[in-house]
Amino acid sequence: MSLEDASLDVSEGELLAVVGENGAGKTSLMNVLYGLYQPDAGELSVGGQPVRFKSPRDAIARGIGMVHQHFMLVPTLTVAENVVLGREPTRRGLFDLERAISEVAATCARFGFQLEPRARVDTLTVGSQQKVEIVKALHRGAQVLVLDEPTAVLTPQESDELAQVMRGLVAQGRTVVLISHKLKEVLGVADRVAVMRRGRVVAEVRAAETTVGQLANLMVGEGPRHGTEARAPTSLAGLSPAASRVEAIGAALPEAAVPIPGGQVTTGMSALALMGGVPPGAATERPVPSSEGTGPTGTVALAITGGTPLEASSERAPATSAGEALLEASGLQAVGDNGRPALRGVDLTVRAGEIVGIAGVDGNGQRELAEVVTGLRALTSGSGTLLGGPLAGLTPAKARERGVGHVPEDRLRRAVVKALSVEENVALGRHTRPPFARGPWLDFAGRRERTLALLEAYDVRPPDPTLPLARLSGGNQQKVVVARELDAKPRLLVVVQPTRGLDIGAVAHVQAKLREARAHGAGVLLVSLDLEEVLALSDRVYVLFEGRVTGHFTRPDYDERELGRRMLGAGTGHA
Amino acid sequence: MLEVLHALLFSTLDAVPALVFAALGAVLSERAGVVFVGLEGMMRVGAFCAAVAALVMPMSLAVGVGMLAGAALAAVHGFLSIRWRSDQVVSGIALNLVALAGGTFLLESLYGPNGTPALPQAARWDVPGLASVPVLGALSGHSAPTYLALVLPFALQALLTRTPLGLRLRAVGDKPHAVATLGLSVAGLRWGAVLGGGLLAGLGGAVLSTCVLGRFEQHTPAGLGFIALAAMVFGRWTPVGAFLAALFFAFGDALRIGLASSAPGLLEVVPQGMLQALPYVLTLALLTLQGQRSSAPAALGVPYEQESR
Repeated sequence: MSLEDASLDVSEGELLAVVGENGAGKTSLMNVLYGLYQPDAGELSVGGQPVRFKSPRDAIARGIGMVHQHFMLVPTLTVAENVVLGREPTRRGLFDLERAISEVAATCARFGFQLEPRARVDTLTVGSQQKVEIVKALHRGAQVLVLDEPTAVLTPQESDELAQVMRGLVAQGRTVVLISHKLKEVLGVADRVAVMRRGRVVAEVRAAETTVGQLANLMVGEGPRHGTEARAPTSLAGLSPAASRVEAIGAALPEAAVPIPGGQVTTGMSALALMGGVPPGAATERPVPSSEGTGPTGTVALAITGGTPLEASSERAPATSAGEALLEASGLQAVGDNGRPALRGVDLTVRAGEIVGIAGVDGNGQRELAEVVTGLRALTSGSGTLLGGPLAGLTPAKARERGVGHVPEDRLRRAVVKALSVEENVALGRHTRPPFARGPWLDFAGRRERTLALLEAYDVRPPDPTLPLARLSGGNQQKVVVARELDAKPRLLVVVQPTRGLDIGAVAHVQAKLREARAHGAGVLLVSLDLEEVLALSDRVYVLFEGRVTGHFTRPDYDERELGRRMLGAGTGHA
Repeated sequence: MLEVLHALLFSTLDAVPALVFAALGAVLSERAGVVFVGLEGMMRVGAFCAAVAALVMPMSLAVGVGMLAGAALAAVHGFLSIRWRSDQVVSGIALNLVALAGGTFLLESLYGPNGTPALPQAARWDVPGLASVPVLGALSGHSAPTYLALVLPFALQALLTRTPLGLRLRAVGDKPHAVATLGLSVAGLRWGAVLGGGLLAGLGGAVLSTCVLGRFEQHTPAGLGFIALAAMVFGRWTPVGAFLAALFFAFGDALRIGLASSAPGLLEVVPQGMLQALPYVLTLALLTLQGQRSSAPAALGVPYEQESR
């Protein structure tokens, strides 16, 4: 368990945000609060009375409701059934569906939710499913509502709507606890912010009296830590350019603001650029001679390239100076695992030296697109050229031969073998070639040497090549995957959700490596559900909706609102 | 022609209860998310215990003994798959093997290799006024299990779709974590479903030995448990669907027996073994046709662990 003497209190009618890195203990604390975990020590009191929750039932009885990060809905049941599950209305012993529907409709109306109680949950959008979760808690009389990373999978519009919902609940006297790592959002909605680090609550501040930079600093702890500032400035996009905040950011991120290659940017401009999320250091990532030999501080500066708001983006050279087309596809169609069409005619191009992002709400064909390009899924229609060969009939082996690297979404299923050692995983797929093999034999010495070099270059901790991969943290496992794929010098790198579940340091590192690959002339196809990440990294963005491209944006013309609309299906044929 | 149909329907209804009860047991357990591959073994244990009991006590009590025996074996499955979260398929296969070997051992040491002595015949009931109606008259003249088998699927369907318990059972088979976060007991619901499934499987076996076969033979239930699983899949994990599928399979079997007995010349052309394989071939063909459009519970066979989501 990852809690160590954590204390937290919330007042009635307050919106408290709990922030912290992955693994800081936010979710564990909330699970204790909700009765899913029992604390080894310490006490819990609700309304001044000490309580002990043996199961969520006890927590529910005391008016605590929880909206989990991964929705706890039964997809095959209707909205009404999901909401009343566990306290079903009955008539003569039978489940009274009609009463359930009217009860749920009443709860929805009372709190201003637009939901159809008879709709099956698996037909709803992610945003609506989340509303079902909230209604479920409110229907049980929740006075305290805990939301765990609620905006991780939402479009910007849905996030805004959720913020309104939360403020509305607080206005009605409910208490809301918001767990998040998106500092910008937190400051926009919360009254008070509690910062967790390594299982403790290390600070509590009023949202109005703090800044993203200060929060970020509190989250990662005192003293510089490699790359750890990445996430915080990423969240800066769209912040109001209040001078005081800008200064605070500069103070919080001294090492990011100071080393400006070229040095012609004034201090004031650097603050502006930081706020905008594009640090002056961004120049170093271009494929020009000055990009070589960038020190670690430069990497940090690169990593904090943020959401690229419009006012800052003009400082950046357009990235369409990319090279030859590595992937050219038109009319791609493929069928998903469920037997239904997942891609319904996708046209796209990826050129050497550019990062092309695929944005979209989960389940709109992104995964299938990545699988088609890596040879894991067959095309049902459409044609394309991939690195000099046809896209039709592609197999994973052919894709690798032509120079496709792949960082898959589910690394444990598709990228690594947990039980094998780090060095064995590094050799996987290349184990028949030097330096991993000599003739018919594995070359242990060569493999060790190469692995040690990669562990060093990718800052994998601990840098022990003999350790079973399962013993590394998720972030370090992902670094091993990225190291292996990039070490093969791919011409086209397909990455899916490369930073999901990683802590801030690892996120920065992985993103920096993707930029480095681009700088070396590789094309990168980036699929991510994290819109901020897509916008931060990509030179061009395709928006996928229901298997079609509904938007195509080229840096610097990124408009989050418009992107969000496209992600929900507005506008077709724009590409 | 009508007489032939009448006869086929009659023997279908006579033979079908064991299959129906077993299939319902499997539906109950699997809808709650626990794989019920041990069905064959539970039927065998139920059939054996009921047959032995029927030699010394009234048949209705003997059937009860068979049900308890089925539930006892299901409890082992529950311990393995719910309590210890072992692989449910492996657990089921192990139970089948244990029941096969144990049944043979006990049968041979108690009664010799030829099975138990013949049991007293179960009472048959006539439905007043129905016996003389063509075709529909096939409903009349069966023993009690047949009538129960015509009712129970609908009762179980109502339980699953129209009661709070049924809603919870379906939810726990599709998304146990959702059920847990509402403060309900995942293990409790699954235990209930597995034990209930065991009772039904034991009932199926007991009915098979006491009413259908009139004795326990060395190979009882001779794959009927697996056919029942096929009926469950073919019926898309719904009680009424499984019931209809079971009727279909039983009809196919009655057709086979009817063909073999009414047209002895057929056996000279088609080997007996091939005829006997007919229902199984039919099963395979149907499952293939059904293809990937599966409607299995989403969490079927996945041990519930609190930490993983």
